[in-house]
Amino acid sequence: MRQADAVNRELFTENDKNMSLKEKLISSFMAFENNVDVDHPVHDVRTEAIKNFEAKGFPTKKEEAWKYTSLNSLQKVDFSIFPKQQNALEYKDVKKYFLHEIDSYKIVFIDGIYSSFLSETTHDGVDICLMSSALTKPMYKQIIDVYFNKVASKDESLTTLNTAFSREGAYIYIPKNKMPKKPVEIVHFATGNEAALMLQPRNLIIVEENAEVQIIERHQSLTSNEVLTNSVTEIFAAESAIVDYYKIQNDNATASLIDNTYINQKGKSNVNVHTFSFGGKLTRNNLNFFQNGEYMDSTMKGITILGEKQHVDHHTLVHHIEPNCESHQDYKGIYGENSTGVFNGKIIVDKIAQKTNAFQQNNNILISDKATINTKPQLEIFADDVKCSHGCTIGQLDEDAMFYLQSRGIPRREAQALLMYAFANNVLESVRIPELKTRINKLIAKKLGVNLGFDL
Amino acid sequence: MAYTEEELKKELETKEYEYGFYTELDADTFPKGLSADIVRAISKKKNEPEWMTEWRLDAFRIWESMSEPEWANVRYKKPEFQDISYYSAPKKADPTKSLDDVDPDLLEMYRKLGISVDEQKRLQNVAVDIVVDSVSVATTFQKTLEEKGILFMPISEAIHKHPDLVKKYMGTVVPKKDNFYAALNSAVFTDGSFCYIPKGVKCPMELSTYFRINEGGTGQFERTLVIADESSYVSYLEGCTAPSRDENQLHAAVVELIALDDAEIKYSTVQNWFPGDSEGKGGVYNFVTKRGLCEKNAKISWTQVETGSAITWKYPSCILKGNNSVGEFYSIAVTNNHQQADTGTKMVHLGKNTKSTIISKGISAGKSQNSYRGLVQINSRAENARNFSQCDSLLMGNECGAHTFPYIEAKNKSAQVEHEATTSKIGEDQIFYCNQRGIDTEKAIALIVNGFSKEVLNKLPMEFAVEAQKLLEISLEGSVG
Repeated sequence: MRQADAVNRELFTENDKNMSLKEKLISSFMAFENNVDVDHPVHDVRTEAIKNFEAKGFPTKKEEAWKYTSLNSLQKVDFSIFPKQQNALEYKDVKKYFLHEIDSYKIVFIDGIYSSFLSETTHDGVDICLMSSALTKPMYKQIIDVYFNKVASKDESLTTLNTAFSREGAYIYIPKNKMPKKPVEIVHFATGNEAALMLQPRNLIIVEENAEVQIIERHQSLTSNEVLTNSVTEIFAAESAIVDYYKIQNDNATASLIDNTYINQKGKSNVNVHTFSFGGKLTRNNLNFFQNGEYMDSTMKGITILGEKQHVDHHTLVHHIEPNCESHQDYKGIYGENSTGVFNGKIIVDKIAQKTNAFQQNNNILISDKATINTKPQLEIFADDVKCSHGCTIGQLDEDAMFYLQSRGIPRREAQALLMYAFANNVLESVRIPELKTRINKLIAKKLGVNLGFDL
Repeated sequence: MAYTEEELKKELETKEYEYGFYTELDADTFPKGLSADIVRAISKKKNEPEWMTEWRLDAFRIWESMSEPEWANVRYKKPEFQDISYYSAPKKADPTKSLDDVDPDLLEMYRKLGISVDEQKRLQNVAVDIVVDSVSVATTFQKTLEEKGILFMPISEAIHKHPDLVKKYMGTVVPKKDNFYAALNSAVFTDGSFCYIPKGVKCPMELSTYFRINEGGTGQFERTLVIADESSYVSYLEGCTAPSRDENQLHAAVVELIALDDAEIKYSTVQNWFPGDSEGKGGVYNFVTKRGLCEKNAKISWTQVETGSAITWKYPSCILKGNNSVGEFYSIAVTNNHQQADTGTKMVHLGKNTKSTIISKGISAGKSQNSYRGLVQINSRAENARNFSQCDSLLMGNECGAHTFPYIEAKNKSAQVEHEATTSKIGEDQIFYCNQRGIDTEKAIALIVNGFSKEVLNKLPMEFAVEAQKLLEISLEGSVG
């Protein structure tokens, strides 16, 4: 068996030499076309997108946006692009990956294929269902025409790669003045059926006027086989809509995630995105906010706690297009062992976007000499009557505070954890699902290797 | 004293080498274009030793293989490098003459611009090494400095007199292959200043160079090398003004500072080159590489007031190599009309207990774009490194832009880095308050801008601070509306 594996591996490396991941993806597109309706207008979008990806290829470190993150090692892996067979999972085995304390709608994918067994979707007043049905069924055509690929970038190579292969994912449509009874969980499992698997989920979330939704997204690999997820999520928030989006990234050390989220906001809407990055081999978050309206608020917050050789790259963009809007960014990072953290926050304030208030904060703690943090809080301002500030710090835990805690009988490790908790806590404050907050707290405690006997 | 064509021809014939040169208004100017032969000719013109010629040629070869950087946040028509003359020297310049022998016309020009050499000589205790176009024309106070063992001379002279020092240090902080413009400068630099402060000497006066560009269509390539030996101190001033020109002029200078153990260098710049007219026509392209190296316990402090140039591309940096070394950067960059500035600093922490401070104030008015671009890098061995950065932007009017690109890279857990940035405008209430007290709006703005930049202005030597303050007012004139 071992031997067979070794031979297999050798074959794969042989294969790599002959074909790069880019070539493989491009040639797979034809196979992909056999399985989708090529006459559907969406397919024109796909064809356009694959052309762009073909021209651009994977981003390299020479590009400013990818200066600190290299995809080279990922491109050496021979990823399967289409999973060959469906794998079933027992709910009890994966229960811990759901927010099982409360009831929720669930959209669950196993190796990129929808699992109706684990999912709970609805069409009762709101649509919480599948991208595949939205893309194929005529009743959704009008909405797809208006929204699909409208805010996602048409020239960023990884986004267009996803667009080209877009077929499955979550589709959420909340009509005017509606709010689903419970939060929505979108969970992607990878079972290790393939030696290396590449997933490209595509989500579309439309929240109409005065509607509200809470979404929790999670990618989870259940094996030590390589997984690469290149996900694109488009969110449209209409007037006065409220969207709470929570991303839990606590995957194992062979799973990589490239998350591209594009948010189009209209006047008076409120969109909050929380990103909790505790694991994974390489995680790249591209979070883009476009504020098309007045009097709105965008919040993006994140806690990153890394160890081992993990790499997390947060790229945020807030584009203030119209006046009287606010944006708040608060990213906290704790980096241990050989981990690398990157933060690149960009705020653009257009000429007419007067009275903009934009805040950006990035605080980091390095707890290991081998850890690295690269941060670049960026402002591009073209309007004069604005309040924009950014702050960024890199530091350590306060030795005086450590001493204070230790002299009161709290062991060093717990004291450390307590201080880190406090450091990250104001990000958690704005989490509006209490059970989720508790869950994150537990994850943090686990990540810090302590057992704190209280809930914050 | 324009030459007729015949005279020119005659002169060309009598010259020693075949490249000839174009002369008008008493300036030696090389034909346009750049090639290995031109580099050789510049070197020959300056009677440089063989090693220097080779050094230049090597730089030229590197330059040929490089392409212009495009990452800066500035838009401009690229200079045509084969359409620039790489050497121009005022004819009457003769560095060995005393101040009294300097062309009275030149002195008059300086007087008009408010820099009177003779007055400074008597009253201000400032030794001035004036550079007109590319050759030093007057060096004052040489004697006083000599007594202390301080060497302050044009770099071309230093190449002859102190080749060991030049060989040892030139190109060590800014290597030839550092960047496109540094390579270009290394190949074609015509002159600049050289300064060496011996061990334990505190330079008794501010050393100062006034740069000028007065020949249309010529690029100016200055090279400055300041070496502060162990436990010495020097304050160096560099000031610039340029007469109006329609063509874009290229300026690619290189400044290298070397602060050995326990030494301190303070380098101040006021830059007021022609920024182009209100339509954005003309103006100087200022692509400068400035970098300092700090050994143990050394300190380098950069202070700059940037008001001129159509395009500024300038990042005075500190390499904090020695333990306990300190780097400082204080900057005011003012852009008006169509000016574009992309300026900032790099602080590279290599040694233990190194500290750096960055204070940058950007003021944009009119249709200008002002960017701060900075790098703070903490190496994995730089224990207890400390950095504080603050970049504030002030916007006047809604057609200008302010940009911040701070890069922070930390690889050591004991690093402490803080970065703050704000962007705001002058409040209407602030103006109203001043108006009420009988201060007109223009004056009020000058007052507020002055307050905004005080932190940096305070770091300038006295006589410079006054000049800089005036400059700020002048460059923002007419931006209120």
